[in-house]
Amino acid sequence: MSDIASRVKAIIVDKLGVDENEVVTEASFTNDLGADSLDTVELIMEFEKEFDIQIPDDQAENIATVGQAVSYIEGAK
Amino acid sequence: MELKRVVVTGLGALTPIGNTIDEYWDALINGKSGAARVTHFDPEKFKTKFACEIKNFEVTDFIDRKLAKRMDKFSQYAMVASDEAIADSKLDLDAVNKLRVGVIWGAGIGGLETFQEEVLNFAAGDGTPRFNPFFIPKMIADIAPGNISIKYGFMGPNYTTVSACASSANSMIDALNTIRLGTCDVIITGGSEAAVTIAGMGGFNAMHAMSTRNDDPQTASRPFDANRDGFVLGEGAGAIILEEYEHAKARGAKIYAEVVGGGLSSDAYHMTAPHPDGIGVVAVMKNCLENAGLNPEDVDHINTHGTSTPLGDVAELKAISEVFGSHAKNININSTKSMTGHLLGAAGAIESIASILAMQHGIVPPTINHETVDENIDPELNLTLNKAQKRDIKVAMSNTFGFGGHNACVLFKKLD
Repeated sequence: MSDIASRVKAIIVDKLGVDENEVVTEASFTNDLGADSLDTVELIMEFEKEFDIQIPDDQAENIATVGQAVSYIEGAK
Repeated sequence: MELKRVVVTGLGALTPIGNTIDEYWDALINGKSGAARVTHFDPEKFKTKFACEIKNFEVTDFIDRKLAKRMDKFSQYAMVASDEAIADSKLDLDAVNKLRVGVIWGAGIGGLETFQEEVLNFAAGDGTPRFNPFFIPKMIADIAPGNISIKYGFMGPNYTTVSACASSANSMIDALNTIRLGTCDVIITGGSEAAVTIAGMGGFNAMHAMSTRNDDPQTASRPFDANRDGFVLGEGAGAIILEEYEHAKARGAKIYAEVVGGGLSSDAYHMTAPHPDGIGVVAVMKNCLENAGLNPEDVDHINTHGTSTPLGDVAELKAISEVFGSHAKNININSTKSMTGHLLGAAGAIESIASILAMQHGIVPPTINHETVDENIDPELNLTLNKAQKRDIKVAMSNTFGFGGHNACVLFKKLD
């Protein structure tokens, strides 16, 4: 697993209180990992902080799964 | 329309001197102080370096970690105390009509730590607002009952009353009247506060409201003592299940006491100072007695507001003498704030619980730390100094007053 992927995973485990094994590439924050609308906003903010990037709201709307988050961050770095 | 009778069928407490009702009562009758050096932050530069904090409390023992992170401490405390009270009431959560169960809570401030942390975080940045999405819903004072209703599915009235240190007496009185009017069968009421934070301590210190007895924190809260120098900040929660009498009887519930009246008034005088003649305090005790249909001579015990401030304690005792006349000397008066510190919006709840337990056990908890007689206090009054006293209590009164001049008073009666 890439460094980015493992850091993303750690944030998700911490913020959503889910088991590491559940945080697979195709897992959806809301459908699979129990996030609500406020959780997803918080996740995006944590990604921005961790990776020192800005994720505009219209882009954030397209980040719904673990894999989408990792690809977005990899592209933004 | 005939008013319904309202009884207490469950209790829960998370206090600086005990994390359950049993621990709380044990500490109360043994005169234990909850004061110690502040651990929530480094108090070194603060005028007051001690408080009555909750101890040995790990929130994840009670609340799922993810949920706990969505709550300010004042909400966490509310949930833990309410869980205990609901379990104690043995309410059948599957059978009860949840549309007729409400949560009416009290908090003087709400999520102060959450507010402080978010604003500090903003101030430390470059001006770009990066507030956490949970900031507002964690902080607002009404979120504590909101969280309780979400957990249990209680769909009746749900809100928080805010009247500083009278908040949870206000909430109890609202709960009492809501059940009296037949709108609800059961209401989870009480209050919580978590203001032992840099903003809370700094703010109260700036008002010169808190004791600065840093060399001996455990004796700092000394209501009615000549050398008292201000209140000691406390934190925690008290939860009380109020239930319509016939509803409680029908399910064979344990009944602690009947809530027979509530009184409310305002000093209409000053933002923070008590009226020197205690006119608002006289009014609140009189209208509480009237609301309960009781005479002054019926009252056996008063848990005072008694915060250990120079002005407030004397004004309250003068008011008691005025309302109760020659009967005042027959009343067991105490201030359990000598042990718990001042829990602000949770004070009315935990002190009402102390009164209810005093009635149940026939023991009045002491006003600890009394050393020197204050010549401004009538020596004939029984302030239950330093040691618990046995007393058969039929009627108990609990007083709470808040900055802003809010006065609230509640009367409990042993069930006939």
